[in-house]
Amino acid sequence: MSVKVYVPCDAAAVSVGADAVAKAIADQIASHRLNASLVRNGSRGMFWLEPLVEVETPQGRVAYGPVSADAVPGLFDAGLLDGKPHKLHLGLTEEIPFLKRQERLTFARCGVTDPLSLSDYVSHGGYRGLEKALMLTHETIVQEVTNSGLRGRGGAGFPTGIKWRTVLNAQADQKYIVCNADEGDSGTYADRMIIEGDPFVLIEGMTIAGIAVGATSGYIYIRSEYPHAFRTLRRAIAIAYDKGYLGPNVAGSGKRFDLDVRLGAGAYICGEETSLLESLEGKRGQIRFKPPLPAISGLFGKPTVVNNVISLATVPIILYKGGEYYKNFGMGKSRGTLTIQLAGNIKHGGLVEKAFGLTLREAIYDFGGGTASGRPLRAVQVGGPLGAYFPESFLDTPLDYEAFAERKGMLGHGGIVVFDDTVDLARQARFAMEFCAVESCGKCTPCRVGSTRGVEVIDRIIANQDRMQNLELLDDLCEVLTDGSLCALGGLIPSPVQSAIRHFPEDFHKPASPPPGTGSSKIQETQSWR
Amino acid sequence: MSKEQSWDADRALSRIRALEHLPGALLPILHALQDEFGYVDKAAVPLIAEALNLSHAEVHGVVSFYHDFRHSPPGKHVLKMCRAEACQSMGCESTIRHVENRLGVHLGETTGDGTLTVDAVYCLGNCALSPAVMLDGKLYGRVSREVADFLIDSAQRHA
Repeated sequence: MSVKVYVPCDAAAVSVGADAVAKAIADQIASHRLNASLVRNGSRGMFWLEPLVEVETPQGRVAYGPVSADAVPGLFDAGLLDGKPHKLHLGLTEEIPFLKRQERLTFARCGVTDPLSLSDYVSHGGYRGLEKALMLTHETIVQEVTNSGLRGRGGAGFPTGIKWRTVLNAQADQKYIVCNADEGDSGTYADRMIIEGDPFVLIEGMTIAGIAVGATSGYIYIRSEYPHAFRTLRRAIAIAYDKGYLGPNVAGSGKRFDLDVRLGAGAYICGEETSLLESLEGKRGQIRFKPPLPAISGLFGKPTVVNNVISLATVPIILYKGGEYYKNFGMGKSRGTLTIQLAGNIKHGGLVEKAFGLTLREAIYDFGGGTASGRPLRAVQVGGPLGAYFPESFLDTPLDYEAFAERKGMLGHGGIVVFDDTVDLARQARFAMEFCAVESCGKCTPCRVGSTRGVEVIDRIIANQDRMQNLELLDDLCEVLTDGSLCALGGLIPSPVQSAIRHFPEDFHKPASPPPGTGSSKIQETQSWR
Repeated sequence: MSKEQSWDADRALSRIRALEHLPGALLPILHALQDEFGYVDKAAVPLIAEALNLSHAEVHGVVSFYHDFRHSPPGKHVLKMCRAEACQSMGCESTIRHVENRLGVHLGETTGDGTLTVDAVYCLGNCALSPAVMLDGKLYGRVSREVADFLIDSAQRHA
């Protein structure tokens, strides 16, 4: 038997040299005519160890990392193919504490299999959920998802089963399943990872959704910042068509489900579901008034399920193992697992899939190992650019939707960005307004105009011009944005701003400093048409 | 970004024709044109409008809404530098200032010799290996000033 050596093809692993490592390994195998083969797997999500090389041994997969191309000849000399010791030797992959302490349901295969091997997928439990779904009625599939307690993992946390039921009950000649893969929140990469590491699970989840609600067509809207994931999806969809898992006769059932992937064009707002639908229709990504809900009138005016990647990728295991199985993970109203993404200034950055209930402190210290810089942690932003900044004293907050809401925060898509004590929260507050100004769709005035005024007001506060009056003005402005904006961008951008002021007031009372002068910190004007 | 060539109405039309049948075809068409030419030429607007039965204003409105679509050719290489929060926490702003100073451009601009366009981007999904940049569609992580210099050097060598 040829020995399998695994090197991830995940974009993050490649960003630190995985392709060069893979090439060096292939060269060693070829030049020494070794009985070994190279597999490009997804990432295990332990990014500080990337490129992580694994080798299959009788005891299980043994890991080495972080491996550079230069280290490869030495690894072979030391006996890599037999899992022998080396200074980069990490032991059995599954025993690495970061991984061992997780509960991987959605990400069960990610990093284990070759993402584009359908036979790998099927032999690791893939398409069992679909198999089950094809034997059930629409009602029963939707009920199973409802029973699981799955809530939208995109950020809003709306119960997935209820959304599906609305679409199921809507009468129409055409319904759609739309996957929101416009993962624009800084600090998040779970969607990218699962798409690059296990794309068939998303395809299966969408197919089940289609069969559940009676939709024969689906679209994945993926951001253009993820070219690597886009290519993987395109290839995976072609394979699924080729093998009869998509198209007019899904897995021999006589049921149709077609799937296409579309590229976004660099607009953060298109992560908002109605903007996303506008964009898919070929329009400006401006948000729509609600009601009507997309479940009633969505893509091209038809009833549409819009779900996040992780929500849809979790559906197969719910159907396979049952809603009760999934529900038994988690706590309170937050059931199942959360995919936590440790990001920013963190020593051991990576993906942690764990039942809801872990505290921020456990995530950051037990898994993340504290800051990367080794300096004291000062602030944490959870939930992307619209999420609140929490101080050290909030670290015992459990990672669950309600606990975060109680502290005026938002769990969002599960991204945790850690900052050390060099962070200036007044600058972060300014950035939040600046980001909102750059990304506002322009439909409503509070967001379009208020964000730019917000940058100006914060600049005056930093420059110590009428500081107290301007702080008061900023508070008023935030109230207008919160109450008057049409969608979550304008509605939630006050959250990072006001939490920064609330928890880090000292940063807003420093001696005056001039507004940032370089081009990079100025709001970039949209290029004018020439 | 290697294969872009100068604007050619016939080639543009053939890219448009290949996609016009898709539901919601406008974004796929704009991506195809940008892929072909490196930007979306103003002359494409009437061609697209005609193919999709839209007004010029509607097409223009879409082209100008999205950050991705360029209105003029970019430099030979494009460096996208992330300046979102995770990258900020690892000091991306100082790397960006360093690159701006070295090249004498601001984000969103192209060097005088047309070698390199430097753009801001908000998250590349590499937040556990911040700061991140993308050079000609290829992602890089843990981009210190030294790594940024190395990438710029290599782009300039292949100018």
